[in-house]
Amino acid sequence: MQLTLDRITRQVGASTWLYPMDLAPQPGAVTVLLGATQAGKTSLMRVMAGLDKPSTGQVRVDGHDVTAMGVRERNVAMVYQQFINYPSMTVFDNIASPLKLRREKGIDKTVRALAERLHIEMFLDRLPAALSGGQQQRVALARALAKNAPLMLLDEPLVNLDYKLREELREELAQLFASGDSTVIYATTEPGEALLLGGYTAVLDAGELLQYGPTAEVFHAPKSLRVARAFSDPPMNLIEADAVAQGVQLKAGPSLDIILPASTDLPASASRSLTLGVRAAALRVNPRPGDVALDGHVELAEISGSDTFVHVHTAVGELVAQLTGVHFFDLGAPITLHLAAQQAYVFDAQGKLLVAPQRKT
Amino acid sequence: MARIDLDLAHSYKPNPKEDDDYALLPLKMSFRDGGAYALLGPSGCGKTTMLNIMSGLLVPSKGTVLFDGVDATHTTPQQRNIAQVFQFPVIYDTMTVAENLAFPLKNRKVPADQIKARVAQIAEMLEMSHQLDQRAAGLSADQKQKISLGRGLVRADVSAVLFDEPLTVIDPHLKWQLRRKLKQIHHELKLTLIYVTHDQVEALTFAEEVVVMTRGRAVQVGSAEALFERPAHTFVGHFIGSPGMNFLPVSQAGDSWQVARHPIPAPVGRTLPAGDLRLGVRPEYVTLAEAGGGGALPVVVKQVQDIGTYLMLTAAIDGCVIKARLPLEASAPNVGDTVWLRVVGEHTCFYKDEELVT
Repeated sequence: MQLTLDRITRQVGASTWLYPMDLAPQPGAVTVLLGATQAGKTSLMRVMAGLDKPSTGQVRVDGHDVTAMGVRERNVAMVYQQFINYPSMTVFDNIASPLKLRREKGIDKTVRALAERLHIEMFLDRLPAALSGGQQQRVALARALAKNAPLMLLDEPLVNLDYKLREELREELAQLFASGDSTVIYATTEPGEALLLGGYTAVLDAGELLQYGPTAEVFHAPKSLRVARAFSDPPMNLIEADAVAQGVQLKAGPSLDIILPASTDLPASASRSLTLGVRAAALRVNPRPGDVALDGHVELAEISGSDTFVHVHTAVGELVAQLTGVHFFDLGAPITLHLAAQQAYVFDAQGKLLVAPQRKT
Repeated sequence: MARIDLDLAHSYKPNPKEDDDYALLPLKMSFRDGGAYALLGPSGCGKTTMLNIMSGLLVPSKGTVLFDGVDATHTTPQQRNIAQVFQFPVIYDTMTVAENLAFPLKNRKVPADQIKARVAQIAEMLEMSHQLDQRAAGLSADQKQKISLGRGLVRADVSAVLFDEPLTVIDPHLKWQLRRKLKQIHHELKLTLIYVTHDQVEALTFAEEVVVMTRGRAVQVGSAEALFERPAHTFVGHFIGSPGMNFLPVSQAGDSWQVARHPIPAPVGRTLPAGDLRLGVRPEYVTLAEAGGGGALPVVVKQVQDIGTYLMLTAAIDGCVIKARLPLEASAPNVGDTVWLRVVGEHTCFYKDEELVT
């Protein structure tokens, strides 16, 4: 199903929740709405679902204008952060409820198949309250899938679960989405979750849609500093710099050989100031030939289990380096980080992307 | 400050018989004076039960708690001289920041000049010196929780400070700064700190030693590096890291090893214990290999994901799933291809009945 949002806005009182935006999520695929809290993810989903009407603009489903149609007249399934189930119904009846409403045949078989896919087949006779949080959310997901709606909206469905459960359920969901033909919209605040779900990503910030495209493409070539900030975890390292003849000169630091596009060769001094963007994983402790070195000392080494994020104080500012595996550093220990010029992003004074790292194609 | 020794078990049921009846299975554990520890595990693993037993809020159904070698099993938190910091701020809204920080000291009748000096020191460490005269009521949740942390740390004579998920209410962007503060403070004050969390980043970053718990059992006590490199139990391999360790069935068959029913020549001089074992290798240590290469297995590619900073390869062999973290520069195989992955190397661990054997 093709959902099309055409110049929609959402104004509530004096405040603007959604600025004019166009979005046509890829049919039959997952589109991640990525943004911090208050970015407009939930507002946008409510417009997509028909829970709210946009202040201006048009919502179309397969070319038909559905802007004025309420949620009940549209065929959408929703899953929320909170684990929402019918508390007095068994797990079986919870999952079966959309099927019963449509008076479908073979309900028993459908419910059992879904319960098996979500590993809750042993709980079918229980009430939701007797289940753990993770199991309750599986019930809500099974019910949404039972609805088999052409549009499925999930608003941070895993945020209230422990990370291991989140990891497990995210993987299962990605498989379920891939095997179905629903258009799926999935809101999250976590860049890592967007990358793991793949598909397409729409980056939102303060009510604005900043960029939409295949997830990996948006990540590797964010078209602005704002997108880069929203789509990086840990935050992208940003270093003030100037455009010089031989490339990019870091303020209070070394220079890098980066060929800048011709449009920046303007003489005006304002256009010479740049921001160099470096992802944490592009900073290394072991140098390679041609690398630029940045000296500093360790502020903290955060260990995630798979990676160590070293916060480093340097002359060019605070930097974070991502090292694979577990590494120990004393607080205040001296450290040198190494960076290859071809792995850096360059943004102009307005925050527009000028140069992205070279990628293998 | 104190050394704490536990030799106990706890059940909320009157006559525990099976393992499942115990909230905490029989355990023996020591917390070094001045050490920084974390209790890490999923909800229901027993970590809060253990914390409550150490603080004196709960008497274990069996065994003893020693503080500096003295039996403290039946003493109160006050008698044990424990300070606690909880998930949510526990402060007095009508008092100023300074009055809140001074409160635990005033209660203990510490002389006024000492109180002033200590409050100034703690406020300085927490970067709250400029806010000392502000009322707590007007502060954000982050700031209030910082006061709670300060109140926990303000007494120099506590035997231990216990933290129960103290950064829950802290904005994610500020968390690393507070983790750093706590680490610095531990360094400077040399207090015995015990920190309960389900968040691996928090535990691994904060603690010198992490106690990993599951189903009422402490399955490993070790440094972050030990938990990553040499998980003592398959649960640790699984729980630490995202994704966790890969596990494949393995057994010795003459001069070779059967790994997921595929024979590979045993590395020179290495023999596995008899029986059915499991091979454990982290996705970070699985690499692409030449066909038929040493320690490598042929696998069928199920999925290749661009995770931004690396490629995640998901593959299968004989019904087992194996994940490999490959550099972005690696030439990505296609779904359905057969590729060779090297799973045996210096970082490979072997498990029998879930426990590390070699």
